[in-house]
Amino acid sequence: MTTATLVSYDDAIAQFDPVLGLEVHVELNTASKMFCGCSTEFGAPPNSQVCPVCLGLPGALPVANERAIESAIRIGLALNCSIAEWCRFARKNYFYPDMPKNFQTSQYDEPIAYDGWTEVEVDGETYRIDIERAHMEEDTGKSLHVGGATGRIHGAVGSLLDYNRAGVPLIEIVTKPIEGTGAKAPEVARAYVTHLRELMAALGVSDVRMEQGSLRCDANVSLRPHGRQEYGLRTETKNVNSLRSVERALRHEICRQATLLGGGDRVTQETRHWHEDTDVTTPGRSKEQAEDYRYFPEPDLVPVAPSREWVEELRATLPEPPAQRRARLQEVWGFSDLEMRDAVGAGALPLIEATVGAGAAPQTARKWWLGELARRAKTEEIALEELAITPAQVAEVQALVDAGRLNDKLARDVIDGVFAGEGSPEEVAKARGLEVVSDDAALGAAVDQAIADNPDVADKIRAGKTAAAGALIGVVMKQLRGQADAARVRELILERLS
Amino acid sequence: MPEISRDDVAHLAKLARIDLTEAELDHLAPQLAVILESVAKVSEVADADVPPTSHAVPLSNVYRADEVRPGLTPEEALAGAPEVDQQRFAVPRILDEEA
Amino acid sequence: MSDLVKRSAAELADLLAAGDVSSVEVTQAHLDRIGAVDDAVHAFLQVDAEGALRTAADVDARRAKGESLAALAGVPIAVKDVVVTKGIVTTCGSKILEGWVPPYDATIVKRLKAAGLPILGKTNMDEFAMGSSTEHSAYGPTRNPWSLDCIPGGSGGGSSASVAAYEAPLAIGTDTGGSIRQPSAVTGTIGVKPTYGGASRYGLIALASSLDQAGPVTRSILDAALLHEVIAGHDPRDSTSIDAPVPPVVDAARNADLRGVRIGVVTELRGEGYQAGVEARFDDALKLLTSAGAEIVEVSCPHFVYGLATYYLILPAEASSNLAKFDAMRYGLRILPDGADAPSAEQVMAATREAGFGAEVKRRIILGTYALSSGYWDAYYGSAQKVRTLIRQDFDAAFERVDVLVSPTTPTTAFKLGAKVDDPLAMYLNDVATTPASLAGMPGLSLPSGLADEDGLPAGIQILAPAMADDRMYRVGAALESLLVDQWGGPLLDQAPELEATR
Ligand SMILES: [Mg+2]
Ligand SMILES: [Zn+2]
Repeated sequence: MTTATLVSYDDAIAQFDPVLGLEVHVELNTASKMFCGCSTEFGAPPNSQVCPVCLGLPGALPVANERAIESAIRIGLALNCSIAEWCRFARKNYFYPDMPKNFQTSQYDEPIAYDGWTEVEVDGETYRIDIERAHMEEDTGKSLHVGGATGRIHGAVGSLLDYNRAGVPLIEIVTKPIEGTGAKAPEVARAYVTHLRELMAALGVSDVRMEQGSLRCDANVSLRPHGRQEYGLRTETKNVNSLRSVERALRHEICRQATLLGGGDRVTQETRHWHEDTDVTTPGRSKEQAEDYRYFPEPDLVPVAPSREWVEELRATLPEPPAQRRARLQEVWGFSDLEMRDAVGAGALPLIEATVGAGAAPQTARKWWLGELARRAKTEEIALEELAITPAQVAEVQALVDAGRLNDKLARDVIDGVFAGEGSPEEVAKARGLEVVSDDAALGAAVDQAIADNPDVADKIRAGKTAAAGALIGVVMKQLRGQADAARVRELILERLS
Repeated sequence: MPEISRDDVAHLAKLARIDLTEAELDHLAPQLAVILESVAKVSEVADADVPPTSHAVPLSNVYRADEVRPGLTPEEALAGAPEVDQQRFAVPRILDEEA
Repeated sequence: MSDLVKRSAAELADLLAAGDVSSVEVTQAHLDRIGAVDDAVHAFLQVDAEGALRTAADVDARRAKGESLAALAGVPIAVKDVVVTKGIVTTCGSKILEGWVPPYDATIVKRLKAAGLPILGKTNMDEFAMGSSTEHSAYGPTRNPWSLDCIPGGSGGGSSASVAAYEAPLAIGTDTGGSIRQPSAVTGTIGVKPTYGGASRYGLIALASSLDQAGPVTRSILDAALLHEVIAGHDPRDSTSIDAPVPPVVDAARNADLRGVRIGVVTELRGEGYQAGVEARFDDALKLLTSAGAEIVEVSCPHFVYGLATYYLILPAEASSNLAKFDAMRYGLRILPDGADAPSAEQVMAATREAGFGAEVKRRIILGTYALSSGYWDAYYGSAQKVRTLIRQDFDAAFERVDVLVSPTTPTTAFKLGAKVDDPLAMYLNDVATTPASLAGMPGLSLPSGLADEDGLPAGIQILAPAMADDRMYRVGAALESLLVDQWGGPLLDQAPELEATR
């Protein structure tokens, strides 16, 4: 079904209420894997971070990573969950080549955290999201499909497997059905995932890099006619791996289902795949032919029974809740609601906070991160925090501007230098000789020269058209390669021509 | 006698990824029925109030510190592989993605 | 045959320590014996003469330098092929792992190497340890040295036969429901299953994770204790390994004493289905124990009668999951289905598992898949886990009253090859007396009780103790052993027929 033949989103919402269910997988940032000592470092050469355990070699046995358990409990607490007094790992049995043991060590009916809730905000309105469970499991390896249509599973004649990710600890966070969000459903979903990303970052338990797959979302959605109580058949859309996609995939799926239902067809309960490139979902394994996972308690691992003392110790380590933190920062920084929303949306809060901490004024810090630096991140297609400049360096650049030693253009040149690894802003400015010229001797000479070269402009100014001074300022700037103190140049010109 | 038909066995074989022959299906179905009949008696004594035992010796909270330990080199990891390409395990085409 | 191979491990250790003989000589003597008789017995799947002699030479050199060595340093050993050995082909008796060379050592192998025991090779077994006769090995059956047309027990028939045939003084076995104790019983050797968690499972190719345990196979209780001390102890790589001191098994074996010991005879583990000669030898043993000052009482463990059924649900369930990793993707056999061009991974997995697994393995995988599948879980796997609790409670109650429990190890002596190969239920009955201890994680020891009158083949008596009280079995076992050996005028194995050297 192509997008063209779908009913519009507004028409879909006019007839149906969407019900959402979100499953978010968070890859923990532990140093080692869930059940073995292999590194979890991202981007290593294929199969260079594997051992008998995570390769599922005969005879190997798992031992649980204590820090992963601790992170799971802290995540549960941050989501207002109850923490199990006693729970076990379970084997989820199904065959898939990216899973070395052909079972996933996960949790079944005994999740470590359950019955929680959290709140998200969309357009100033607060939505409560109930959390069903947060459980521990392990990631799979990565397969590279070769031979057929590139990257696609179908048509591939073979796959190449890299098990570096196999066994990396995952926390799967599952919501209860999210109802009553109406047309806002996709935005609420996006806000929820954004909120989790912020929360995990604040907890320090994950890198939450969606582009690296350390935060992944499976979005379940079903439609029901207004006023109907029972749920419709749902679809689960997988590999929705950017905030934008969460919203767009749900919009598409809502329109697609509405089109089916409107046309008297049924929705097939199935897994679907989101295609970022084409903005459509396509069917995957349908639940009718779904596997029987034959869960049973993992006999190679012993039960997890976190003492209440430990749980309370961990509760004491929880950071300030994001909403509260946002309110506090907005207050201190004096940002408008819009400015704050943009900063949050860009995930720039921690960066702005650090830059302010390094001495910059909140508004200037905001301007740098959401302006010039955001542009550069966009062109380099990387996240803000991945830019080769630290908040402290940004604050240093701003300090040079405030001291009148740099103007905006020179500041940007200095940032180029920092990106090029030429050192601190101060060092770059020195090395590249980037410094506003403000001594009158040098400026005066340049001004006299400009007046001499542009007599007609000079006459206009003498005649009182001071606006024309801009033209001469430009000439002077050009001559001094942009390093002149523009304000002082203006003064000198007007002195001479009035 | 517990019902276990030839079709049941075929379905189980599919779940277990074993491409059983027709002859094996014929042979196995009645054999499994006999075995199941003899083991079914466990349900006679398993009252609701009996706690299940999943581990022979009751231990809990056995963890390792979050420390990186040397594993295998890619060469060691791939040494036993039926087929290797680009330092990866080369496998036949995969039909569909899993959850 | 060199009389070195007739010596016990303890004797060999003394000779080596005294410098009367070198480890190279001892190891070579056993390699020669293997060369002479293993065509007939087929106890070994792999013989690593080079590696064994290298270790032996190294131990001799270190001894010459006056280094302090472990008690068994230089005494060679055979290792069951279920145990992963770095650089030595490990197949677990299956075609699906044919030629697989592990890149790592099991923890118990690391400990054998650290203690300086030369590893002679890998012993034959039922495929993935599923069986009681070693006939389910993909590489042909092992034969019982007492009668070459009889089974040596299973799954560890290769280990028991290698020790009974003097091809090795010591062997490692693994016991999931009796795979150490039953082969020992039918070959006239000693076999010990330590407390579950007493010895590391890291590097044992898992059959049923909650039951598997490695232990010694030897010709004397003292040898078993010495080997037990080498392989046992906490292993941080095995979450189910018990972090406590190893029970003092060697002291117990050396200071055998029955005075004041209360011994319980399990009502449910004798009688119907037990061969007359087996019961007769068992009763003789009880008389000897009494004469030596032990107090014999009858103890009923009512849920033991459900042991076999419970075992044959839990084992296949866990095994069906443990064996899923054998899928032709990362190691081992890969078979392409005929007829399909560009077959899918799924098709290749199914074709490989069909071709690579034997009948018994497929049977148990299907059974386990059924027991775990939705709709049957509660009735089968769920119930089995509850009965497991009841069996454990029977043990706890029994050990309130007695120090150890005893029973015949197996209902019968060794049967003829082929007799039960396609009659699973009959085959499973061999484990009736050994499975309860496995399900409850209790330690068990089997030693010869004598020869059955009807067939002149060895029968075994099993001694069971509470978890982590393994030393009690050695104490009682060593005492009974010396009483029996006195009665026989020498070790039972002296009565075994001479194997004629085929080379
Ligand atoms: Mg999951
Ligand atoms: Zn690993």
